[in-house]
Amino acid sequence: MMRAGEITPAELTAAFLDQIERHDGEIAAFLHIRKEEAAEEAARTFVDGDSPGLAGIPTAIKDVLCVEGQPTTCASRYLENYMPIYTATCVRQLQEAGIINLGKTNMDEFAMGSSTENSAFGPTRNPWDVTRVPGGSSGGSAAAVAAGEAVWAVGSDTGGSIRQPAAFCGVVGLKPTYGCVSRYGLVAFASSFDQVGPITRDVADAALALRYLTGKDPLDSTSLEHPEGIRAPEDSDLTGLRVGVVSDLLAGGVDPGVCSSFDAVMEKLESAGARVGEARLPHAEYALPAYYILAPAEASANLARYDGVRYGHRAAGAGDITGMYEQTRREGFGEEVQRRIMLGTYALSSGYYDAYYGQAQKVRTLIVEDFTRAFGHYDLLVSPTTPTTAFRLGEKTGDPLTMYMSDICTIPVNLAGLPAISIPSGLADGLPAGFQMIAPAFRENLLLRAARAAEELIGFDSVSPFIEGRD
Amino acid sequence: MAYEPVIGLEIHVELSTASKMFCGCRVEFGGTPNTRVCPVCMAHPGALPVINRQAIRYLARIGLALGCSIPERSIFHRKNYFYPDLPKGYQISQYDQPFAVDGRLEVTTQDGIQDVGIERVHMEEDTAKNIHAGESGRIADSLYSLIDFNRSGTPLVEIVTRPDIHSPQAARAFLNQLKNLLQYLDVSDCNMEEGSLRCDANVSMRPAGSEGLGVKTELKNMNSFKHLEKGLAQEIARQVDILESGGDVVQQTVHYDVGSGLISPLRSKEEAHDYRYFPEPDLVPLVATGDFVDEVSSGMPELPAARAERYRRELSLPAYDVEVLTSSRGLADYFEETLEHFNDAKLVSNWLMGELLGYLNATGQSLAECKVSPAGLAELLTMMREGKISANAGKEVFSEMCDSGAAALEVVEERGLSQISDEGELAAVIAEVIEDNPAQVEQFRAGKEQVAGFFVGQVMKATGGRANPKLVNQLVRQRLTE
Repeated sequence: MMRAGEITPAELTAAFLDQIERHDGEIAAFLHIRKEEAAEEAARTFVDGDSPGLAGIPTAIKDVLCVEGQPTTCASRYLENYMPIYTATCVRQLQEAGIINLGKTNMDEFAMGSSTENSAFGPTRNPWDVTRVPGGSSGGSAAAVAAGEAVWAVGSDTGGSIRQPAAFCGVVGLKPTYGCVSRYGLVAFASSFDQVGPITRDVADAALALRYLTGKDPLDSTSLEHPEGIRAPEDSDLTGLRVGVVSDLLAGGVDPGVCSSFDAVMEKLESAGARVGEARLPHAEYALPAYYILAPAEASANLARYDGVRYGHRAAGAGDITGMYEQTRREGFGEEVQRRIMLGTYALSSGYYDAYYGQAQKVRTLIVEDFTRAFGHYDLLVSPTTPTTAFRLGEKTGDPLTMYMSDICTIPVNLAGLPAISIPSGLADGLPAGFQMIAPAFRENLLLRAARAAEELIGFDSVSPFIEGRD
Repeated sequence: MAYEPVIGLEIHVELSTASKMFCGCRVEFGGTPNTRVCPVCMAHPGALPVINRQAIRYLARIGLALGCSIPERSIFHRKNYFYPDLPKGYQISQYDQPFAVDGRLEVTTQDGIQDVGIERVHMEEDTAKNIHAGESGRIADSLYSLIDFNRSGTPLVEIVTRPDIHSPQAARAFLNQLKNLLQYLDVSDCNMEEGSLRCDANVSMRPAGSEGLGVKTELKNMNSFKHLEKGLAQEIARQVDILESGGDVVQQTVHYDVGSGLISPLRSKEEAHDYRYFPEPDLVPLVATGDFVDEVSSGMPELPAARAERYRRELSLPAYDVEVLTSSRGLADYFEETLEHFNDAKLVSNWLMGELLGYLNATGQSLAECKVSPAGLAELLTMMREGKISANAGKEVFSEMCDSGAAALEVVEERGLSQISDEGELAAVIAEVIEDNPAQVEQFRAGKEQVAGFFVGQVMKATGGRANPKLVNQLVRQRLTE
């Protein structure tokens, strides 16, 4: 529409800022809104056929990515007043592609959580039902897109943090292959799992956004050039596509509503010519425990830099250095972050390393092998994104283990570093359910093509009550 | 019972790469605090390390020069502990898969030549520097501490020996030899005062002739080889005392006070550390391919042994000269640079071993502090060869050059030392001397030829030693036989 001159970037940005103004008091998707700056940037932006691919597109960015001169808190007290002195590589690429940065979105503190209730600055609410959580940790990003407060949003996914909130909020969430998107400037939670990706309204947008997020970065040794390059997903025929339903991911129990939504999608895929069968990931049942050893272990080291010495919070009145560390971190970190740091520290401790970290690494290898075997039989693997739809605020905060279970279908994918997408499969009791599709490493194009086809077959056209009219 | 000390050394070497280990900040000693820093070496949120290729080349040079084998794959680990000079809360280091293993260094000690085994050589990063405000500079009674992150992330190589060293003298000899090798490799300044070379020693005692290992103590952060030698001797004496009185040595870190010469235990709180090593997920494994190792080998600077061989073969220098000249990279470089301007190797060698080292010994200066450049020395030698000054005057001039830093020509002119080779000028002096000593003239003419030496001496005296003796001798004989 902008390219056709039907709407200017300034008008578009104003519309989204207006939506934020009207509804974000209730949704609380944003931690920091760039009201004037975004409007000014949009006013300076003119879009024509030669403009970069995301020119003038109002975008929200999860507050886990550093943007120079803009607050980056990771929803933590510790970084409440922290202002980065550099910009994350993937954000810089988006800036170069012309986005209008609307601001930073809420999240679970340091991306640790599945409901955005672990934000030090209060929870985000699900636009479909404000008594429910938007999922997490990229809950603010998913809610912003679902509430029409941004065209799309950047999220990060360590164990499901893009896909799970996308499922809860009825939007599309894509976690790319590990290494596709630079992690430089992504505040680390668990380095060998973390991956940045887009949350969008549809699959085509996810593909467009991903194209500008990916690329090898000399500042991130684990990044690489995408071997295929990301293409716009053309219309595709699902005939003959081998689709494996991962029965092992359903073993933990899936809500009937989610189940029937999933089954309905499978029927549509089958009738469209896909060859559907059952796929096995025999070690999937160990994925959750392995993840909750490895991710906290990495986190315990990644978060050691928040020591009160150079930036961020420093406790007053401590008598010595050890006291300063302890008090600073007790005041600066929320309960879940402290829990995971302790868990990880314990798992790495001398005498326990082999039993915990060592074992978990072996499980990780087994799960990678499981996926490799499964992809010998299938082009894509599918499952519900989450076992339930969005739960109520406060429902699981008292029981971390139940909370962890909401990522049971997404975590194995992160252990193997694979690309996966969640698209809305329909509504269950009025709440969105998510359909997860998993591809072999670097097969994003295949994944996006199939997801685009599935999206059309599903024909999910509901929007949250916060979006008026249709686009 | 007689006891034998068993000593192992851990040496930390800061590499002299252009930039830091994991970021682009410049590596240089000192400078305004916290001016060579960036998000990576300050551990800002989201910053990631990237391996410095040049540091790995230097590391490979060290590993190869120490005869280590280089496994094809090595990985980095995180070593976790909290300290204000460690911005990330972990040091990126290597743990159970180091870069180079199983090497050796041949060391000449007073007891002869021995091999010291090298257990491992690995890559890590240096910490920042804490500066404790207060008179002592120690943390205990300081009012506050400041941190300078300029050093944070400097490439640091750790070399660990096997416990193959059995005397403080041998430890010092090993370190001298290692330092020399590192300087030859051109990988580090090896400046102990600036901390670019640091050493810890583990020492234990066992009954002489036995094979086991006793309880060890660790002598940390010695800032000179001399102090390390003394500290080790002191610690050995302390352990022997304990063992001979029937006691047990306690495993701990000890501090050697250079002033008092006393050993005291450090608080062992630090030692309770559990470093919780685990593989660094931000870095990919280091893969040392055959090609990489070949590239490093072929680009290897000439090592002391090769240089010695070259001096013997191409310059025909005697064994003793070769040994002295190659004993330090600095001296060997000085020698070769002088040769570029003055091509008599043996004469240059004599001057370096005699005059230059003599002067440095007498004044306690290091070669780096010497005010005479190789080109300056070559100029002086050239003046001597051309007969512009005498050999004796040359030594005087050299000493003055060392003291003041003046050029040879300046000193010669200032002191009026230039040799008189002008025949007319000499003829006048000779005529005078002959006139003043008629009796000796008679003796010469009567056939007592050795009297010519008397006249030469008189001429030298009259010219203050500046006359060209060869020419005077010739002219005197000519004149007397006329």
